[in-house]
Amino acid sequence: MTNVRVAGVGLTHFGTHPERTSRDLFAEAGLAALDDAGVDSADVEAVHYGNFMGELSEHQGHQGPLAAEALGLDVPATRYESACASSGVALRQAVKNVRNSETDVVVVGGAERMNNLETAESTEALAIAADDLYEVKAGMTFPGAYALMASAYFEQFGGTREDLANVAVKNHEHALGNDHAQYQREITVEDALDSPPVATPLHLYDACPVTDGASAAVLVSEDYAETNGIDAGVAVTGTGQGGDKMALQDRENVATSPAATDAATEAYDDAGVGPDDVDVAEVHDCFTIAEVLATESLGFFETGEGVTAAREGVTTREGDLPVNLSGGLKAKGHPVGATGVSQVAELTKLLRGDHHNSEYVPDAEVGVAHNAGGTVASATVHVLQEVEQ
Amino acid sequence: MSDNVRDAGYDDFLDALADGEGYYLECENGHGSLPPRRVCPHCGSREVTETALPETGTVESATEIHVPTPSFADDAPYVVAVVDFGSVRLTGQVRGADDIESGLEVEPGLDETETEGERLLVFEPR
Repeated sequence: MTNVRVAGVGLTHFGTHPERTSRDLFAEAGLAALDDAGVDSADVEAVHYGNFMGELSEHQGHQGPLAAEALGLDVPATRYESACASSGVALRQAVKNVRNSETDVVVVGGAERMNNLETAESTEALAIAADDLYEVKAGMTFPGAYALMASAYFEQFGGTREDLANVAVKNHEHALGNDHAQYQREITVEDALDSPPVATPLHLYDACPVTDGASAAVLVSEDYAETNGIDAGVAVTGTGQGGDKMALQDRENVATSPAATDAATEAYDDAGVGPDDVDVAEVHDCFTIAEVLATESLGFFETGEGVTAAREGVTTREGDLPVNLSGGLKAKGHPVGATGVSQVAELTKLLRGDHHNSEYVPDAEVGVAHNAGGTVASATVHVLQEVEQ
Repeated sequence: MSDNVRDAGYDDFLDALADGEGYYLECENGHGSLPPRRVCPHCGSREVTETALPETGTVESATEIHVPTPSFADDAPYVVAVVDFGSVRLTGQVRGADDIESGLEVEPGLDETETEGERLLVFEPR
């Protein structure tokens, strides 16, 4: 098995760019990643591309070839769709391709264009990640589904809206200085509590924004990096994926995310590390409650304790285990199909030491990325580690 | 997708619920699920049989939705709940209750959405 290195990463600005096509967004991120890697485009052998709702927002299917073409590449290209985990699953396949020595150089990434839709339209588009017959036809929305998880969590384990507001405040603070972030402004707990309700108990500031943007990474085999003198000091050492029932009503417990727990267990075993070894994490905080569930599934806290950790500041940049130093989906933004690989871009910079928050984790060696689809009916976890070159 | 074409299994389930003869599918190991199913999603058993839905269930989790999809624009705000019926849970809208908390006992039934007049699974307090 070949070791997989991250040779380069690229991101667009995450924000409101309704006029920009996803093909152009991905071109910007992909070319930036190739430039960052210093890899010759002619060496790229495959493109793995994540996108969720292009059929609805851009009337575009068959997006793999379009993504490759946007980078000037004429190679096998495949689009992956797994709701908000679309580029997480794309990444997993890219890692496997390189590990199996099928390819030496691949581009992986994703893009999403969302703000060309009205709010009601994007709410409807996001809802297709839920079970259409038994959830959407009952009036379920994406925030509504996470609200049911939050209500169940409060009921079983305790916790308050104020506890969750701490997650939003933290992630806004972490995004300060992130030039790719949708929001670079601080908010207070009071701002979050006073924001309008979306689906109780979740309010507007519990939710990530609607975002246009793209992400990309160039993955290479260790041999390729050494042979070609490529500076690639971060390795993807673990990959895991988990699955669960589509509808909340069919889950064993609405207040937990076992698919992510399974993905984490697999990824840790793969990398030969455990939760205690993790120095920094990027997790899928599409809603504040989602970050709490993620930190429990990743094994950082016991089930039911994640909300306490959020309240006590354990996951702030000054805390013992900084989570979402990018600003997370909450403040950096959530261009759905781009999010999974954007987490890898942020972690790579944190481990290399060229991230806007690097000063808070100067000795970080192990990072974890947690990407979730729908209400965590699908999830991927990847372990990244700094390596000697 | 034509609105005139039924979703086999799902629409039959709603028909039965409307007639006061609600059912779910139960496997030989006692796991519940909703149609259409050829296997139990919980254990893979292929022995799934229609079983009468209990007359009442209890609210397990509920949310009041303020930002709806276009199909529910005139319905909002409305309450969506996951309701526990023992071996199976249903998701629908709670109507006719002021204070909706977990543990509330409700009966399932069928109504229509205000926005488009589509069939809607609802729960009303016992």
